[in-house]
Amino acid sequence: MTGKPKKAAEINQMAHPLDDLLRTDRIPHIWCPGCGIGTAFSACLNAIKASCEDLDKVAMVSGIGCSGRGAGYIKLDSFHTTHGRAIPFATGLKLGNPELNVIVFSGDGDLFAIGGNHFIHAARRNMDITVICVNNLNYGMTGGQAAATTPYNAKTTTTPVGNPESPFNLPLMAYASGATYVARWTILHARDLTLSIQEAINKKGFSFIEVLSPCPINYGRRNKEKSLDTLKAYQDKSIIKNNAHPADLETDFSKSIVLGKFVDTDRLTCIESYDKTCRLG
Amino acid sequence: MKPSVLTGEHYMTGDEACAEGALAAGCKFFGGYPITPATEIAERMAARLPGVGGTFIQMEDEIAAIASILGASWAGVKSMTATSGPGFSLMMENIGLGIVTETPCVIANVQRGGPSTGLPTMGAQADMMQARWGSHGHYEIIALAPASVQEAFYQTITAFNLSEKYRVPVLIMADEIVGHMSEKVRIPEAKEIELISRLTPSGRKDRHKPYAAGPNGVAPMGAAGQGYHMHITGLTHDEKGYPAMSVDAHAEMMDRLMNKIRNNLDDIIITEEYLLDDADIAIVSYGVSARTSLAAVDEARRMGIKAGLLKLVTVWPFPEEKIRQLAEKVKGFVTVEINLGQIHLEVQRCAGGKAPAYLVGHPGGTIISPDRVIAMLQEAF
Repeated sequence: MTGKPKKAAEINQMAHPLDDLLRTDRIPHIWCPGCGIGTAFSACLNAIKASCEDLDKVAMVSGIGCSGRGAGYIKLDSFHTTHGRAIPFATGLKLGNPELNVIVFSGDGDLFAIGGNHFIHAARRNMDITVICVNNLNYGMTGGQAAATTPYNAKTTTTPVGNPESPFNLPLMAYASGATYVARWTILHARDLTLSIQEAINKKGFSFIEVLSPCPINYGRRNKEKSLDTLKAYQDKSIIKNNAHPADLETDFSKSIVLGKFVDTDRLTCIESYDKTCRLG
Repeated sequence: MKPSVLTGEHYMTGDEACAEGALAAGCKFFGGYPITPATEIAERMAARLPGVGGTFIQMEDEIAAIASILGASWAGVKSMTATSGPGFSLMMENIGLGIVTETPCVIANVQRGGPSTGLPTMGAQADMMQARWGSHGHYEIIALAPASVQEAFYQTITAFNLSEKYRVPVLIMADEIVGHMSEKVRIPEAKEIELISRLTPSGRKDRHKPYAAGPNGVAPMGAAGQGYHMHITGLTHDEKGYPAMSVDAHAEMMDRLMNKIRNNLDDIIITEEYLLDDADIAIVSYGVSARTSLAAVDEARRMGIKAGLLKLVTVWPFPEEKIRQLAEKVKGFVTVEINLGQIHLEVQRCAGGKAPAYLVGHPGGTIISPDRVIAMLQEAF
């Protein structure tokens, strides 16, 4: 782009490079200023564009919550299901038509509290789907309650003096449950994240990517952390350490946050194994 | 490939016949979870589906089971699950998702005694109101009740046909007694079985609106992967499928969801009558209790009591008009069911005070004896 700077009104009318994948008639989206979901979502759309030849065969499934609204903005087959149930819905979708490339895009509360059981079982059976979890450390849509990912001692509306519980280590859970691709990035690492999602989509089997993302309105506000502070922390405290052992990935923001690709292995997918085991002539 | 339709005469249980009915109807996906007394449906599907090009998966719980069949249905595949009381309770939220997203699928509930864990191995018919109202919000749903093993076969086919035609989850409200009894079943030739599949969209794919309904209130349904780029949500939505958070949009969507059933009652409601034309007393029953009632009618007639039977094959939507008509001419109603008064309340409501309605009920665990029906006929009339 060259020439004189554009005025705000002109910029507003410019096409977004991802417009072809967006339901532009549903914009503006619901995400708050400073929220990181849009960046994670852009990374996901860019990765889909780069890795999926036939976009007709791509389907996105979301649960409920802020990140769960992702399915409502992608202009592909998209399903906004019930709270926690994106993964079993996606499982049926994939088994019903194995040609589909099924991507679950949802939040930490949806995938790991109410939907936690489905996550571990889909990983165990190596269901050939890609799960992207935007982890903003709390239930944003309902106003900032404690989640299964909220750091110890953090303040939320349901832990007003500090969280007495400890959070899940999501990559460890994915690894222990049998996922064949596990990575963690933050929205600050948008290029790494995009490439990682591309890899995950191309990867056969259960792929999981955790995306750390700020929630300035509901989480940051109560923990004296503006959106930029969170991004600064991502910059200062993150260490990229591919192949780090998933047991060493606890998210202790007072120390460091390990990012990277931790698992990339191969085993029979659920469908391959079913065909091999159950369709005996 | 093995045949989907096991043409011939068989001796099998109601659960097995339900599975065979599903296969004959073209079911190609079953997401299940074991529970007494419905497990045999899942077991039969696990053994049979891979041989007919279908897929069986045992999910981690009943919530996942029903979520998976909704997903499979949107992949364009006829899908089913089966459960009993506790699992049925767990499925309620996603039955609502099936209703509001208009997803064809079939859910069999082989009823056992409740509440809670109740009587796992013993029959009941006490989930009938849960079938009607168990998911939150207001809605219409279709529920059938087989009274024999042969009916378990045929009604499962009917359930799939209604589900595909009206894009609504259809419930097969069986009971442990029918589910576990063995009887002779005749399975016809495949070509003798009438099958209905969902209407599919035509026209430009980029202009497809997932909820733009035809004259009967039902929209053609595309499948994921066909290029329609649909958005499907459990939120109140407009005909494009987009969330629409307004009073008017909600009313419009709800009207259509209700009316696609209410305007087609003649097609959906199936009842059978026995000696009802000249009857003074109308016995209303369904499922295994309809067999109790049939025996009671014969015995009553031998005793000179003019009783007749209205057997509900379709329990929901309830045959309100039929009960209203009967209320004009009979001296009273007796509802026979293995619960403490559920369909009885509907009969009473529709009788509208024009004829008294009595219940022969039982809290669950056993079939009702015809003697109890006779005793009620003698006592009340």
